[in-house]
Amino acid sequence: MNRENLINTILLLALATVPLWAMANDAPYTITLATKVAIFALAGVGLNIALGLGGLVSLGHAAFFGIGGYAMGILASHAQNFEPIMQWPLLIEGSKSMPVIWITGVIASGLAALIIGALSLRTSGVYFIMITLAFGQMLFFFAISWPAYGGEDGLSIYIRNGFPGLNTLLPIHFFGICYTLLALALLFSAKLAKSPFGLALNAARQTPARVEAVGLSPYRLRLTAFVISGMITGLAGALFADLNRFVSPSMFSWQTSGEIMVFLILGGVGRLYGPVAGAAAFIMLEHFLGGLSDYWHIYLGVLLLLVVLFARGGIIGFLAGRQVAHD
Amino acid sequence: MTEPVLSVHNISKTFGAVKACDDVSLDLRPGEIHAVIGPNGAGKSTLIKQICGGLKPDAGRVEFLGRDVTSLRTSARAQAGLARTFQVSELAMEDTVLQNVTLGALAAGGKGPGLFRAALKNTGLRDRAMSALMRVGLEDHAAIRASELSHGQRRLLEVAVALTLNPKAFVMDEPMAGMGAEGSKRMTGFLDQLRAQAPILLVEHDMDAVFALADRLSVLVYGRVIATGTVEDIRANEEVRTAYLGEGA
Repeated sequence: MNRENLINTILLLALATVPLWAMANDAPYTITLATKVAIFALAGVGLNIALGLGGLVSLGHAAFFGIGGYAMGILASHAQNFEPIMQWPLLIEGSKSMPVIWITGVIASGLAALIIGALSLRTSGVYFIMITLAFGQMLFFFAISWPAYGGEDGLSIYIRNGFPGLNTLLPIHFFGICYTLLALALLFSAKLAKSPFGLALNAARQTPARVEAVGLSPYRLRLTAFVISGMITGLAGALFADLNRFVSPSMFSWQTSGEIMVFLILGGVGRLYGPVAGAAAFIMLEHFLGGLSDYWHIYLGVLLLLVVLFARGGIIGFLAGRQVAHD
Repeated sequence: MTEPVLSVHNISKTFGAVKACDDVSLDLRPGEIHAVIGPNGAGKSTLIKQICGGLKPDAGRVEFLGRDVTSLRTSARAQAGLARTFQVSELAMEDTVLQNVTLGALAAGGKGPGLFRAALKNTGLRDRAMSALMRVGLEDHAAIRASELSHGQRRLLEVAVALTLNPKAFVMDEPMAGMGAEGSKRMTGFLDQLRAQAPILLVEHDMDAVFALADRLSVLVYGRVIATGTVEDIRANEEVRTAYLGEGA
């Protein structure tokens, strides 16, 4: 096992151990924090496919995070009010079932990523950043001005949605769900990076002209990556909404996109476990520094500066060294 | 006479007031190396882009294997078997040598790049990639990063990637660029054998290599082909001497 795999395993085990310890010591808030780490890490795994593998600097991933959140909010609010979403031409009812909500959220964010990606990927560099930001803001303002689903105030869901066979009201059960989904996403992401698609996408980031010259389309590779990336971030959004039992337009805000990117950079862009390390560091900083001062973002800023200046591979890069190129 | 594999019919391209390509016609026949030479700014790069894709001519057409490819995308032309190498190496520098050649083998496999099976564990892809590396003599370097190769080795890797495509024709943009005398000689020897597999349209500045290799030569000056012929024809051509080769040639 090389050093990076060792560090990854330790990280994943630590993330599982902390809430188990917290349960034994009756510290439910710690479990919530660990759940938040798992969910943010999942959102980061999504962004990492676009940013790390594809080199696509998207400042609009809040769009997918928010769509996932609203998929949960809309389905669950209809279910708790016993109002069908639609009666004609076919009856669609709300749902309090997590799998139904996840599938809806993933499909909706995938479709949004397809549309946003198809338009944005015609540009590159700073224009791509701006156009993804613009799409995110469009959805933000749309959510604010949509009174049917709470507008600016957002939507509260009284009881957490259910999962067959589990009691999601128990923090440790809900953590288990988020942790399992994170582990599956990491596994998928590892497979993807080594697949022919991952190889081609990685090459398209470094040398698009070569990729075209061997008969592949960089545009299609990037669009596929963007859609996969949006779907995973959308799933994280649905879980985040369920964690808080609340959705609001702030999930769509550009600060959300920025936060996902910040902790990805903190953890290590393009490193498989970068989002996990980054999300854990981010939540811990928020928890411990946030307790000391309301202005904890200043310290986060300093840390980010140090990472960008001196540890380009983020936390994972700092601990594990340079990425191993072959296996 | 056999049918040409690749033929360019009267293509023109202007950028503003500059005629980068003026009524250019040339063809590439099976088994030959057809060299295109010309001073800097003669329109060689513009010509390559129009042949390989990325730039659409204002007029004229490009035919490959008897099919009009003028408005096809670069990737579609590559799939049809038109393999090119770049003047400045276009390689994934962070990836290994093997990953770089595997990229070529992927597309030649016919199917799109799959999402699940590991690329480097696919024996079909791997064999194809390794055999291309063996042909250029880079098989011992398969596991190192492209960025760690010497300049000359990168030029060979460029050719290896092109080899994986099952090419029906090569378009090579200055394969000897920046190579030392020794490297140039080695590449010349290699290209000499390669023409038996597929004909080569060779754009090159290294005159020793061109005169050693070319079956035919076209001389491009200010976007126009001023002469096409065998090495002897070109050497004897007065217009070419004054325009390009200079007094001593």
